[in-house]
Amino acid sequence: MEKFEKLQGIAAPMPLVNIDTDMIIPKVFLKSIQRTGFGKNLFDEMRYNRDGTEIADFVLNKPQYREASILVAGDNFGCGSSREHAPWAIADFGIKCVISTSFADIFFNNCFKNGILPIVLPQEQVDLLMKDAEKGANARMTVDLEAQEITSSDGDVIAFEVDAFKKHCLLNGLDDIGLTMEKAASIDAYEAKAGAERPWV
Amino acid sequence: MSPKTLYDKIWDAHVAHEADDGTCLLYIDRHLVHEVTSPQAFEGLRMAGRKVRAPEKTIAVPDHNVPTTEGRDDPAQMTEESRIQVAALDTNAREFGVHYYPVSDVRQGIVHIVGPEQGWTLPGMTVVCGDSHTATHGAFGALAHGIGTSEVEHVLATQTLIQKKSLNMKVEITGKLKPGVTAKDITLAVIGETGTAGGTGYVIEYCGEAIRDLSMEGRMTVCNMAIEGGARAGLIAPDETTFNYVKGRPHAPKAGAYEQALEYWKTLYTDEGAHFDKVVTLKGEDIQPVVTWGTSPEDVLPITGVVPHPEDFEGGKVDAARRSIEYMGLTPGQKLTDIEIDTVFIGSCTNGRIEDFRAVAEVVKGKKIKEGMRAMIVPGSGLVRAQAEEEGLADIFREAGFEWRLAGCSMCLAMNPDQLSEGERCAATSNRNFEGRQGYKGRTHLVSPAMAAAAALTGKLTDIRELM
Repeated sequence: MEKFEKLQGIAAPMPLVNIDTDMIIPKVFLKSIQRTGFGKNLFDEMRYNRDGTEIADFVLNKPQYREASILVAGDNFGCGSSREHAPWAIADFGIKCVISTSFADIFFNNCFKNGILPIVLPQEQVDLLMKDAEKGANARMTVDLEAQEITSSDGDVIAFEVDAFKKHCLLNGLDDIGLTMEKAASIDAYEAKAGAERPWV
Repeated sequence: MSPKTLYDKIWDAHVAHEADDGTCLLYIDRHLVHEVTSPQAFEGLRMAGRKVRAPEKTIAVPDHNVPTTEGRDDPAQMTEESRIQVAALDTNAREFGVHYYPVSDVRQGIVHIVGPEQGWTLPGMTVVCGDSHTATHGAFGALAHGIGTSEVEHVLATQTLIQKKSLNMKVEITGKLKPGVTAKDITLAVIGETGTAGGTGYVIEYCGEAIRDLSMEGRMTVCNMAIEGGARAGLIAPDETTFNYVKGRPHAPKAGAYEQALEYWKTLYTDEGAHFDKVVTLKGEDIQPVVTWGTSPEDVLPITGVVPHPEDFEGGKVDAARRSIEYMGLTPGQKLTDIEIDTVFIGSCTNGRIEDFRAVAEVVKGKKIKEGMRAMIVPGSGLVRAQAEEEGLADIFREAGFEWRLAGCSMCLAMNPDQLSEGERCAATSNRNFEGRQGYKGRTHLVSPAMAAAAALTGKLTDIRELM
């Protein structure tokens, strides 16, 4: 997995609440057996007309946001299905950080597996960053994972919380499976004990 | 020892390793796999030279892409991409040696219907699947939740998940339900109350008399939609209803093993005085038959209501409601029972079981669906289909004008050929009314099976109580 250390980039505002995974990547694009190539269909139904032409007023189609690497979004971002195609599409587009007041649980976890940092902040701080993002390409935010700080284009510094283990994995680009395999002895011991206690499982 | 919730007990029984910061390796008893969220996970194993750690605890079944029309063994019924995905599951299941129900097997169906039906899902287990509606299995008092593809690969390789414990939430439904009110109405009413993020960070335990009174199938409907309320999982403590359902299923323990299991299962309840971080209580008698008007499962109202005004809401929901009402082609103040329907979809992991179909048959027996209506009934598994045929339900459906289909996810998420066209409006027994969920620009109203049946007859969203 790609490391996430410090990100400086353009933030795109998407104030809509309850942006669901069907919006992020509609099911017609879930039929690939690869992990890559989903970026062009990110937010497909909001981003393109049926004939494939762009919908001009969709945020990521606006010239100032086409290179966005940060998304500031409304409440409950990523609700719905467990499809990891949603973070795959986001990462493939080039967005590495999503900021909201809340995220759906499965989506939140999926982000960390794909080098994306989801940041939860209180409403007033999301509002502040949303306003900053609305300034367009001049609004370049900085997200520093090591320091756990976001710096707005005006120099406001906002601290954020992140789970220590998830932070460690993101900073170092660590593979979860490799880490867990190091604990194989614990899993073996658990299986032996549980197998004796609940042999029917 | 301090009193524990049911969730606490199942969690504690599955921690294989705990780090100093509370990050745990949670052992997984059952891993269900379908064709959409697994190909990249199996490919990951292959590239790293890894095996499936516990193939005997892993069950694969294709469901999302498969056509539901007769003669579906004909590859021409699937798009090239669907065919590749279903074929990939077939290859992966055989190569890695996991339990497998191919399309041609009568036991094939929606993964969350097949698991319980075959006795794979048992009380006190941990169950995961790369699908958010894994919450369904919580009806057995199993800790069950959806995971992403990276986690599917993690479970395949290690039989564990890296997890931190969620908070405990209690949803109590007191008293009795009124006639015409079903498990679907309970679960939608709860989401209407808590919102789609109300359960975020929690595992819900559903309890109370109205929940106890439900059959296993009703309980599965309730837990199925825990995810729509944002919860990691929904749970119902196992009881005699659960034990009777499980007994004798192909993969349930037999004879002495059953007795031993039963003894353990009877310890799976929330202790008196255990702590819940959040409590929501609804009176069963206050719940009415409900319907969704918008594009989020929280957009729930009693069928007697009217389409709301965006200004009725606060904050970001004002714009979201305006967008939903426009997308749905509705007018604020319009009576819900005046909304005309052109399509009815009955099925899905929420409502694709035999009791759902009996409820539909009761409404449509000897009647005809509205002229011009497209109405389809899609069984949750081949065995549900066979049983409905045997009970004569299929004949009732066909005579009423329904299409009687083969098992699969079908129009719940429309990854197969069963889709809404632009502007079509569907009364659906499934679980999501998101924009485009059932087809590009399609419009979905979530309802119970009986309400869907009523809408098929009248051509409008209909209060089932008026047909009783």
